[in-house]
Amino acid sequence: MSTATASADNGNGVMTLENLAKFPEGQKVYSCMQCGTCAATCPYGEDSEFPPRQIITMLQAGLIEEVFKSSSLLNCVACYACMAKCPRGIRLTEVLLPLVKEQVFAHMTDVPAELQKALQNTLRYGNPMGESPRKRALWTKTSPVPVPVLAEIKRPVDVLWFVECYTSYHPRGQDNSRATAKLFHAAGVDFAILGNEEKCAGECARLLGEKGLFDTLTDYNMKLLRKYPFKRIVTGAAHAYDAFKYQFPAVGFDFELHHTTPFFAQHLDKLKPRLTKKLNYAITYHDSCCLGRHNGFYDEPRALLQAIPGVKLVEMTHTGVNSICCGGGGGGMWLDTYYAAKGYERLSERRVKEALDTGADVLAVSCPYEISRFEDALKVQGGDKRMVVRDVVELLAEALED
Amino acid sequence: MDILVLMKVVPDVVEELEVGSDGKSLDTSFLRTIINERDDHALEQALLLKDKHGGKVTLLTLDAPDIDDVLFTALAKGADRAVKICGVESVQSTQTAVKLFGETIAKTPGLLPVDLILTGVSAIDDLDGLMAAPIAQQLGWPYAGVVTQVALADKTATVIKEFAGGVRGEYEVPTPAVLGIQAAEKPPRYVPVAKVRAAMKSQTIESVDAPAVEAATTVEVQQMAKPQVTGHAEMLEGSPEEVADKICELLAKRGLL
Repeated sequence: MSTATASADNGNGVMTLENLAKFPEGQKVYSCMQCGTCAATCPYGEDSEFPPRQIITMLQAGLIEEVFKSSSLLNCVACYACMAKCPRGIRLTEVLLPLVKEQVFAHMTDVPAELQKALQNTLRYGNPMGESPRKRALWTKTSPVPVPVLAEIKRPVDVLWFVECYTSYHPRGQDNSRATAKLFHAAGVDFAILGNEEKCAGECARLLGEKGLFDTLTDYNMKLLRKYPFKRIVTGAAHAYDAFKYQFPAVGFDFELHHTTPFFAQHLDKLKPRLTKKLNYAITYHDSCCLGRHNGFYDEPRALLQAIPGVKLVEMTHTGVNSICCGGGGGGMWLDTYYAAKGYERLSERRVKEALDTGADVLAVSCPYEISRFEDALKVQGGDKRMVVRDVVELLAEALED
Repeated sequence: MDILVLMKVVPDVVEELEVGSDGKSLDTSFLRTIINERDDHALEQALLLKDKHGGKVTLLTLDAPDIDDVLFTALAKGADRAVKICGVESVQSTQTAVKLFGETIAKTPGLLPVDLILTGVSAIDDLDGLMAAPIAQQLGWPYAGVVTQVALADKTATVIKEFAGGVRGEYEVPTPAVLGIQAAEKPPRYVPVAKVRAAMKSQTIESVDAPAVEAATTVEVQQMAKPQVTGHAEMLEGSPEEVADKICELLAKRGLL
């Protein structure tokens, strides 16, 4: 997919809702034929006062202020479904929704408490959970292989591994990081991390409408990336991948970029001979919104899983472009309490019900948010004895010879 | 209705605190400070009163690293004026802070008159809550602490004070008065970072030199140490019925059943 930044400058200044028509991708918004596919495909569409179709109507009628005053857009979990399905090719999640959400957020008088805390923590500590930035790289002490830190090794590396927040601090996220480190070693990749200097890439803050927070983090991380010599960036965080790919070019980011899942798929020749442990699992793979719908990596994770001896891959009803969002994007990660109070079904529960129906033993994922979301949902659904959630990299690392 | 809010920073306990080499004080090399949470509630209460009655909200703080971020955030939230007292250590003994605030309020033109002075009723380094009351005494104003609600009328404030065991009392306080805020009526509001950045461009923070105050005679710290681990948690194993039996047994043994 082509790169697009909502603030791209084409000589007309920064794109806003007022000057939308001066930009080609903005003009496209006005080609909407009001078919309502976006509202129908939106996972919270039936609960939303203003689905994308309605937002475009309000914009055309000069009533967009009404949308700003509504909390309707807190329901948008930035799953890219409306954008992927729009028959006119309007880039809703990339172009229109961030601009509207920025205004909605600026007008919001009561930010839900859990979300507010996550945003304040991200600004102050560089991670939404409010952990000490000095402990960001602490997980490396439990890594089965050495994890070099750029500031300490003082030499150029091939791969700068941008670890991100959940994978640094969350106990299950750390499992992902330990597995990734093991795989880098197995594939013979020369890598290092930013360690305690790294801060959240902030993509979810942007997709929520907290653009100022995203910009602050972008300034910081971009300066940090320029400090060290490296060839390419690899990250296991699907949202950080999106931030680097679509937003950072506006501030001069021109590094080669990979997400761990497609990256290891590229290195399958080297990895495959070492995947000797037989894992007799039936696995169903969940296509994440960022990696799947937004970037089209549908085959790579499946190729990796099928390279593991003994694995049987089974598919859920909704896969690929039709995959159901885990509900964690665009700030949804910190809105579970808010959605529950509104009486909405948790999207992660909707998803694990389908996963359980496949009869698989393992629900495989490739975005760090999904581990905790689906593990919680499985417990709520009473399925945690029948199914476990594992990142693709965890399964690969398990299958590696010792 | 004009309000003056006093704010100070305290050690941020998200960062692990270390005892300094003298064994009597905090190691300041890694110390990071954060605004006292109850002072943030005092600011929110002032902004809520401003939303209702109009008037000006002025902030007065002791200088500290990152204090400008705190003050610009407050200005972005709707405060009108921010003043910092410069030339001081960021973390002070409460007695010294009282002297610094008291002298500055009295000597800096334009800080008074106000209808209310609000500040946090306590802080993690002032659990006794010895900030607000002595300032009220210096000014000769009435004081009410542990306040969770404030309603303003002409020359009086009606406040709700919290007591132990969920008991609350309603008091009428003649203004001007000093109030020690336990919690604002609503959680402190969020302000988007873009608005803080805009405030940084359009507003200024005033600096005043710290008044010369005598070091407060205070209790001497003999020793500072991390808590020692003395016990451990015991996990009860077994089926829910067996665990329930074990709990009953333990409670009975300790005379609680």
